[in-house]
Amino acid sequence: MEIVGQLQKQYVDFINSLFREGYLDDQYVQLQKLQDDSNPEFVVEVVSIFFEDSEKLLNDLASSLQQQVVDFKKVDGYVHQFKGSSSSVGAQRVKNACVAFRNFCDEKNLDGCSRFLNLVKQEFYLVKNKLETLLRLEQQILQAGGTVPLIE
Amino acid sequence: MSLFHAIGFGLKVGYQLFMLCCWFLSLISLNLLSNGGVMTTKTGWLGDGGRIWMKLWDLILESGCKFHHHYSQYIGSKKVRKNWWRKLLWAWIVFWILASIWVFWYMNSQAYEKRKEALASMCDERARMLQDQFNVSMNHLQAMSVLISTFHHGKNPSAIDQNTFARYTERTAFERPLTSGVAYAVRVLHSEREQFETEQGWTIKRMDNVEQTPVHEDEYDPADLEPSPVHEEYAPVIFAQDTIAHVISVDVLSGKEDRENVLRARELGKGVLTAPFPLLKTNRLGVILTFAVYKSDLPPYVTPIERIQATAGYLGGVFDIESLVEKLLQQLASKQTILVNVYDTTNISHPISMYGSNTSPDGLHHICALNFGDPFRRHEMHCRFKQKPPWPWVAITTSIFILVIALLMGQIFHATMNRIAKVEDDYHKMMELKKRAEAADVAKSQFLATVSHEIRTPMNGVLGMLQMLMDTDLDETQQDYVRTARDSGKALVSLMNEVLDQAKIESGKLELEAVCFDLRGILDDVLSLFSGKLQEKGVELAVYISDKVPEILVGDPGRFRQIITNLMGNSIKFTEKGHIFVTVHLVEEVAESMVVETESPSSGTLSGLPVADRRRSWEGFRIFNQEGSTTSLSSSLTDQINLIVSVEDTGQGIPFEAQSRVFTPFMQVGPSITRTHGGTGIGLSISKCLVHLMKGEIGFVSSPQIGSTFTFTAVFTTGCSGLNDQKSQQINNQPSPISSEFQGMRALLVDPTPVRAQVSKYHIQRLGIHVEVIHDLNNIEVGNTIIDMVFIEQEVWHKDLGLSTLVANKLNRTNCKVTTPKVFLLSNAIRSTRANFSASGVSTPFVIMKPLRASMLAASLQRAMGVGNRVNYRNGESLSNLLRGRKILVVDDNRVNLRVAAGALKKYGADVVNAERGKEAISLLTPPHHFDACFMDIQMPEMDGFEATKRIRDVELSINNRLQRGELSLEAYKNVSNWHVPILAMTADVIQATNEACQKCGMDGYVSKPFEAEQLYREVSRFLRTESNEDSWEGFSD
Repeated sequence: MEIVGQLQKQYVDFINSLFREGYLDDQYVQLQKLQDDSNPEFVVEVVSIFFEDSEKLLNDLASSLQQQVVDFKKVDGYVHQFKGSSSSVGAQRVKNACVAFRNFCDEKNLDGCSRFLNLVKQEFYLVKNKLETLLRLEQQILQAGGTVPLIE
Repeated sequence: MSLFHAIGFGLKVGYQLFMLCCWFLSLISLNLLSNGGVMTTKTGWLGDGGRIWMKLWDLILESGCKFHHHYSQYIGSKKVRKNWWRKLLWAWIVFWILASIWVFWYMNSQAYEKRKEALASMCDERARMLQDQFNVSMNHLQAMSVLISTFHHGKNPSAIDQNTFARYTERTAFERPLTSGVAYAVRVLHSEREQFETEQGWTIKRMDNVEQTPVHEDEYDPADLEPSPVHEEYAPVIFAQDTIAHVISVDVLSGKEDRENVLRARELGKGVLTAPFPLLKTNRLGVILTFAVYKSDLPPYVTPIERIQATAGYLGGVFDIESLVEKLLQQLASKQTILVNVYDTTNISHPISMYGSNTSPDGLHHICALNFGDPFRRHEMHCRFKQKPPWPWVAITTSIFILVIALLMGQIFHATMNRIAKVEDDYHKMMELKKRAEAADVAKSQFLATVSHEIRTPMNGVLGMLQMLMDTDLDETQQDYVRTARDSGKALVSLMNEVLDQAKIESGKLELEAVCFDLRGILDDVLSLFSGKLQEKGVELAVYISDKVPEILVGDPGRFRQIITNLMGNSIKFTEKGHIFVTVHLVEEVAESMVVETESPSSGTLSGLPVADRRRSWEGFRIFNQEGSTTSLSSSLTDQINLIVSVEDTGQGIPFEAQSRVFTPFMQVGPSITRTHGGTGIGLSISKCLVHLMKGEIGFVSSPQIGSTFTFTAVFTTGCSGLNDQKSQQINNQPSPISSEFQGMRALLVDPTPVRAQVSKYHIQRLGIHVEVIHDLNNIEVGNTIIDMVFIEQEVWHKDLGLSTLVANKLNRTNCKVTTPKVFLLSNAIRSTRANFSASGVSTPFVIMKPLRASMLAASLQRAMGVGNRVNYRNGESLSNLLRGRKILVVDDNRVNLRVAAGALKKYGADVVNAERGKEAISLLTPPHHFDACFMDIQMPEMDGFEATKRIRDVELSINNRLQRGELSLEAYKNVSNWHVPILAMTADVIQATNEACQKCGMDGYVSKPFEAEQLYREVSRFLRTESNEDSWEGFSD
């Protein structure tokens, strides 16, 4: 039980730091709430879909921006999608980056787009890292026989 | 736009000016030309000129029209027009320069013509006169020749001698105005010479060499002349006028000129003229007219030889042209104006000047032919003006005048053009600025949308948590706190909406709902929203709604609430003591009371402090000023409810100078107000707009340091249909404030202030409790009636603690047989209450915090009287009720979003099917299908939500039509004849998802992403309930 308590504390600290530093927002909590007995793997499922989709989107974005003639509408579509999925999982910083990214798309500013692609990528890998850590912690708590504490 | 108008106006003015100038110019020119026409007596010209000008005028008009045309055509393209203008200007200037030159030339030539004609007429006149006089002289000479032939040759001895001749000629000299002398030479043959010479006593002398050696007059002596040499015949002068007596005895035939003359005269039988030659003795230029005198009358047709034979002598008249013409011209006036030259032009190449000085022949001159009766000789008269022609000042001034006018007009044009160009530049600048301002406006709205969205998300968290907290088992106070917290949170959200509203109002996009709502409930909500604040301040807040106002009204509760909130919020800001009192009446009621005018305004206020006379706040309202409108209002529109709402406060009031701009957006009384009280200053302007949308009016009265009263009217309707009734519940999803558990109870209310008593009574009565009001504790009469509760104003209670105790005891004692009446204190401020209670030794009665409102009152009573806790209706549960077992299609291209949305819906028990594409959704939703609803993302690649919905609706429509026509069997379509699956849009963008956009493509509504339970519930319940209202309704009616 000692381990569970420790893990739980670690988990709470970690997730709080994520909130504090703005990696995650309330939407993640909402996600967690949607997870119940009938759907125990919900968060993991959603987050992994998010990872998969996002990596694909990032690849698409990168290749779109390397075209001779950049189709900004297409890029904008990708970014929009990315923004949607990131806001759904509560990856706030990615979302914010996406919002700014879209402005450059509107302006058809290739430099800005490239810069923001890197930023979005960076933010995404950061949050991915964090989320993976978070989920691993959850897993460990569960394995140790504890319950994941709910964050309000 | 107004700028555009200004340009148009400027142009118009310019054009009018242009027309005026043209008119003026044409008038001047016409005048000038018509004058000229009269002078030159060319009558036809005037018409011509007029016609020309009319044509020109037409041309100008046409060009004006063209100009207009061009203007409208090129209004967009500045440069083209500018060039066009410039060209026009240059053309104008060049045209008028040419025109003025032409005018100058024309007038000058006219003057020249005139001068020429004057000269001609003068010249002609002189020539005619000269000729006439010459003819007269000639005729007389001819007569004299007859005289001589008759009296000299016809008589023998001759009747004429030199003396007779001289005397006669002298006396008849006036008859021959041009002759200076007359002489008669007789024809003498050589054979007769000697006899003749002896007869006369002198020898015939020759004259030819005399001419070559001109001598002085005085020295001239005929005797010095040489005798004539021998010739075949001679023509010695025998008679002569005295003036030329020196020629007697001179042989005329010896002179070269005379000889020719004489020979020609006798041949022709007419007067002939010599070429001008210097006369004998005087040596002046002269001509000699010679007539032949015949011996006998000649028949009309005789040969020249016969004439020669018949010649007896020659009569010569000397014309001293020079002096004679001089004399003649002197007789005529205006000799000084013209110079006259007379020439003998028999030999055209060498005209011989007979008269006149030899001036240079340049300049204007006129030539008149002179006929002196000698066909052999030709004479001409040349006339010219002495002076040079004067400068044509009229022409010069006229043309310069025209030019100046034209240039001035050009200047006007130029100025206008520049002005227009400037205005246009300004206009473009303004357009640019406008564009930028609009862009800024768009940015502002976007910013607002973003901010509101961003604030909504955390607020949803707060509100959701509060909602959940309310679901837990709380005691009444806690529940009230939570509700207040939640309501305040909602108010914050609504504040955000307010900012959005301002933007919407500004763009005229705001529309009002028409749903059923409970006015009292709304006011309770507002009250609870503000109660916390006011309790701290100790300001009393109260609401009174007239009994005549119906329970349920149809209108826009949100907006109504917004107005009330704004007004109250405003009042609260500026009120530190006293009260804020909201009253709702029917307009009819107020109008009646106004007519009766019974109540004095100062009869008492809620807190006893003076207030502004609220009636003055609606003085300006149309509804009261219409003559006899009140009766017609109430009778004609039966289901129309005219509410009049007043918010009265005892705050610091509005300074008079600021009262005029109270309803102007972002205007506050002063910067210090903003600093001390905060706020945006748009609340009142929004309120005003909203009131106008509700067909009402808003007004206020305010006295500084006394308070303000805002009053507005609004038009609602009654008569909720059943469906609307349900709608009203979802908006107002609170427990029905009037609960039946207190129905029929009796209560006693102790309050000395009638107004306050009325308010308290109103609230208590809402719970179904019968209320009796007394003004004093002493008056408590506990009779036979059973009293369940006693409400006592706090101030009454504390005024006299002893009495209070007594009364409490009395109450306890008397009613012990049934139930002790509960004593409640109606209190305003928390602190004072507590303090006083600690001091008092009596059993503490329950304290009910003001402001009174039905729900809170009921809760307090429940707690005090131990009536069982009611099970609160919960959103989550009802959502589950609604969604459990429903088959719902969620369409979103974003897998993450899809998964989350599906998860949320699943949580409420729905059976969720996912689709990632619009096309998939179309195929899934093609009837027959089992879906109860569909949530669709709007922004999707390939096919967006709007498009997909449109297609689904199309498919549904065609199937419905075919089903109706019986082309498809109903069995195959589950006996549903009208397929319409509810489709809700999911969107993260609040602005984009306007209702109309959704409805336009057949969507039933929209929910924001991520899902918000309340909104989700509201939207879903709209269409899912109809199918299962039995069970889902359970939640409300328990």
